[in-house]
Amino acid sequence: MTFRSMSDRVESSTRSRGTGWIRLPKTVYLVAALLLAMAGIASAGGSSEKAAATSSTPSSLIKVGIVNLPPAESGYRQANVDDMNNVFSQANGYDAKQTNTGDNSEQIAAAEGYIRDGVNYLLISAANATGWDNVLQSAKAAGVTVFLFDRLIQTDPSNFQAAVVSDMRAEGDRALNWLLSQNLPVYNVILIRGQLGSAAEVGRSAPFLKAAADNKINIVADGTGGDSWSPAEARKVVEAAITAGKDFNVIYAENDGLAQGAVQALDAAGISHGKGGKVIIMGCDFNRFGLRNVQAGYWNFTNQCRPRQAAEISSWIKAHQSGAAFPSGIIYQKEIYADTSNVTDAMIQDQGINADPGKGVITK
Amino acid sequence: MARMKSYGSQLFLPLSVLAILILVNLIKGSSYFSISIINGALYGNIPNILFGASELVILAIGMTLVTSSAGSQDLSVGVAATITSAVFVWVLLSAGKITWITILAAFLASCVVGILIGTFNGALVAALNVQPIVATLIVYTAGRSIAFLIDGKLSPILANNLTYEIGSEIPGVPIQTPIILTAVFVVLFAVLLRTTNLKLYSQSVGINQRAARLNGINPVRIKFLAFMIMGVCTAVAGFIAVTKAGRHDSVNLLKDIEMDAILAVAIGGSSLYGGKFSITGSIIGAYTIEVLNRTLLRLDVDPDAIKAFKAVFIIILMVIASPAVRELAGNGTKWVRDRLGGAVQIPTAIGEDAAVDPKSDISAKKEV
Repeated sequence: MTFRSMSDRVESSTRSRGTGWIRLPKTVYLVAALLLAMAGIASAGGSSEKAAATSSTPSSLIKVGIVNLPPAESGYRQANVDDMNNVFSQANGYDAKQTNTGDNSEQIAAAEGYIRDGVNYLLISAANATGWDNVLQSAKAAGVTVFLFDRLIQTDPSNFQAAVVSDMRAEGDRALNWLLSQNLPVYNVILIRGQLGSAAEVGRSAPFLKAAADNKINIVADGTGGDSWSPAEARKVVEAAITAGKDFNVIYAENDGLAQGAVQALDAAGISHGKGGKVIIMGCDFNRFGLRNVQAGYWNFTNQCRPRQAAEISSWIKAHQSGAAFPSGIIYQKEIYADTSNVTDAMIQDQGINADPGKGVITK
Repeated sequence: MARMKSYGSQLFLPLSVLAILILVNLIKGSSYFSISIINGALYGNIPNILFGASELVILAIGMTLVTSSAGSQDLSVGVAATITSAVFVWVLLSAGKITWITILAAFLASCVVGILIGTFNGALVAALNVQPIVATLIVYTAGRSIAFLIDGKLSPILANNLTYEIGSEIPGVPIQTPIILTAVFVVLFAVLLRTTNLKLYSQSVGINQRAARLNGINPVRIKFLAFMIMGVCTAVAGFIAVTKAGRHDSVNLLKDIEMDAILAVAIGGSSLYGGKFSITGSIIGAYTIEVLNRTLLRLDVDPDAIKAFKAVFIIILMVIASPAVRELAGNGTKWVRDRLGGAVQIPTAIGEDAAVDPKSDISAKKEV
């Protein structure tokens, strides 16, 4: 580079600076401010408090405080939050407030606030399983009945009335029993796990690992979608099995997204699957797109992980009003599975989560 | 000669790392390179790698440019791509009818949003002098919630043939579409670097901001530009990712890809403190990460141990790609080249600015 060309650049850049570059940042700041405001709204949405009741609350309503995780966490949580709002409504005789945050200390602060407000019931789905002893004891001292939903807390069982959760191990058993009932000559399974160590992964894997140890099935590839339950990772697990020439006839994926990624790998490799195909596809979570895929015979099976605990808790509260005792301890929800023979539109409508692609639409 | 040496040693090591990984794969099974035709498209390990790494390659290119001029990294790329792809899906589904034209319109809308996000990051970094890692943390933290709201609190489903063909293969075309899109993007970017002074300017800003300003280069402008180009990269990556996925999952789409993009830049031999960079190196770095992930799967590494294995590999990669080892290797290749009388062909890089050797000029200025 010569000195001259550099000095040329000095001039041209000074010119452009004079003619408008200086003005650009102002519009840019405006855009920046707008985006900042958007970010503010979004982060505020992360820990919002939704008041289901208006200010003129009749005193006959049952006061309920709900401490939950944010709906943006997952399709499961969105369905769960909506369910809480729908069931604990004024029309059903409740004055309910819900706090949604993934921060354990914010959750604890919200719970303390509800106790101060004098709620009758406190419903908690905890971000962390620990750190809740004090607030649960102060709830007990204030005469507030505590129910846990979806997530358990490590504390003395006397600190809460009852917990209603999914039995992940039972989900795994249900999937395995369904598979073994297919009477295949051989079960060569690709296992695609979720986030390793999560309650869902541990519970849903265990029966399959045990069945493999007992020689009831062969696990020909054991992979994971990683911490984000990534469909793209699931696809890679299956692609690795295909290019390594492994023989398999079952893919058991621990959620619907993983199953979707796995099936993409089969499609690209021209391997048939679903009803009447070479490979049996098993998903989990009852996403509506997964259920529609099962309905169309593109997949074979998906397993429910039920996000709707509100009705059960509400029924306990109503029964208690008419004199019945509360249940206590850990109560597992009743869950179902869907395969090509039992799936119905009503099931997809009422039990599914997330967006419905519509009847007959396959999500590849 | 000096130029050849610097590029040669810069690319030699990422290439040799890639070669070692491929060797491991070949030892595991000699059919590693075999390619067959399935459903009219090429199928095999190599197409799978090219297919799987497409988003990472595009983001690594943008990350290289941002790293060069801003001297730090953009943490928001994966989240930004989630927002742009949410906009793509939203516009496309609200358009009612899905045609090539509405897809193009939705993609352009997502590019605009990508540029806006880039402008936001750029404003914080270039105009307000916030550290890039801190500035981009804002979008990183809030972005998935924004995408979730754009999604209408559900994960919308594309489920139509056209977007499926973009995310997989168009009948009659033997190469999967994301591979083609990535190649087109790489070529366009190479043309951009060859026809403009962008590379020289951003390296100058990255090496010595004051010296660059004294020479008439406006650092604010260059950094802004880098973040805006990054915005386009995120839009393209988001477009490919969502058409591959077939539905928009605001929570998990392209999660943690920013870390791989940064790693790709580092493996490619560009300094994470900014200045000189090699786009070719970053692209090789991106493919190396993809090959590494697939190698671990091919070796049937236990899922519990897969992260530990990956970490060990990456430590080895980083040691090999470190400046100290690179210098050593550079001296080694020079020694060999001198012995052979310059007969050794060194792979040339794409997009290298042929007019000038920025290092000699700028570092000379720096010493003044």
